[in-house]
Amino acid sequence: MTVASALEIVLAALVLGVAVWTIAARETFAAVAGFVAYGLLLALVWVRLDAVDVALTEAAIGGGLVGVLLLGAAARLRTTEAPVAVERPGEFLRLVAALLSATVAAALAAAVLFLPDPAPTLAPAAAANAAATGLGNPVTNVLMAFRAMDTMLEKIVLLLALVGVWSLARDRFWGGHPGPRHQADPRGMLAFLARLLAPVGIVVGIYVFWTGKDHPGGAFQGGTILAAMWLLVMMAGLTDAPPVTQRWLRMVLIAGPAFFLLVGLGGLGLGAAFLAYPAAYAKPLILAIEVAMTLTIAVTLGLLMAGAPERSAER
Amino acid sequence: MSAALDILTIVAVSAGAFFFLAGTVGLLRFPDALTRLHALTKADNLGLGLVVLGLLPLAESVRDGLKLICVWLLVLLAGATVSQLIARAALASEASRQRRDGTPP
Repeated sequence: MTVASALEIVLAALVLGVAVWTIAARETFAAVAGFVAYGLLLALVWVRLDAVDVALTEAAIGGGLVGVLLLGAAARLRTTEAPVAVERPGEFLRLVAALLSATVAAALAAAVLFLPDPAPTLAPAAAANAAATGLGNPVTNVLMAFRAMDTMLEKIVLLLALVGVWSLARDRFWGGHPGPRHQADPRGMLAFLARLLAPVGIVVGIYVFWTGKDHPGGAFQGGTILAAMWLLVMMAGLTDAPPVTQRWLRMVLIAGPAFFLLVGLGGLGLGAAFLAYPAAYAKPLILAIEVAMTLTIAVTLGLLMAGAPERSAER
Repeated sequence: MSAALDILTIVAVSAGAFFFLAGTVGLLRFPDALTRLHALTKADNLGLGLVVLGLLPLAESVRDGLKLICVWLLVLLAGATVSQLIARAALASEASRQRRDGTPP
């Protein structure tokens, strides 16, 4: 057994252990901490599988963004946790739930175990047509060209999620600032970190987006880093979340999907099909879409984490 | 030359791993939040610093080496800030517990 395979076995055992612990944890907060550790370990698994693009996304979304969202939810649930814990479901209900979960797990395991060998794959086709776009990263090729439709719809789903969060606002706060106004000592630790880290983080976010055309990275990973920097500056009290009715905010929110759609319709009118890029302009068009999408993703994720409007805009 | 660099890599990464081990043991064994933070910062600052130092000779270009050093500096910055914030929160919650219970520290 080589060192590498020993490392992989330990990693797989750790992932399974943390997963079981996350499910078994009684406290919501402990379960969220387990979930974040699980996301980071899973990112390491993706690195071992040479899927660095997926690893970056898992670390940014699974470990970071969803972790923060769940922490917020756990903080809100804290007051109701004790009464809910007393009302445990009956034996029968728990047995049925366990059976259902075990069936789903067994079905998933069977699906993976009975895959034909070699598994059906479109990877050779994607690699053979890589030259069509002029991009060096095959993942970006698939996301932005071969399966562009999926990527576009995914961004629209993200907008719908934001609309869902906003719809939780009370009537009198509608159109106001999302989340609480963060008060922090302007000469304190957090403000210092926000002043020092945000410029660096913005450069790193743009770099991760830009390098995505030839290396692991891309709009989603870069946009997540930009969103994190925006949140840090908001949490340090250096800036306030903008009122959700701001015109510029709405424009940025729809910029990515709208431009994507426009290019897609252009392909329908001028070229072969919906979302077909003219061969000579494929690379600049894809980059332009990614610029718009990075901005949209950064603002959407930042607002998703800022939460529903809680303060009216007048103050 | 390359043998000396290899030895540097082995020694520095092993020392870094030792600091991570010691930091983890401290995190599990120390009695309160402040001492546990103290143990954690050893792993973050010294452990990661030594691992980065050991990996520098293996970097393929100066650019990659600079990236490694940047990773270490960013972790230093984030680690130092977060431990300060956690320590303050721990002190504040301890103080409010004492006021509520009326117990001396």
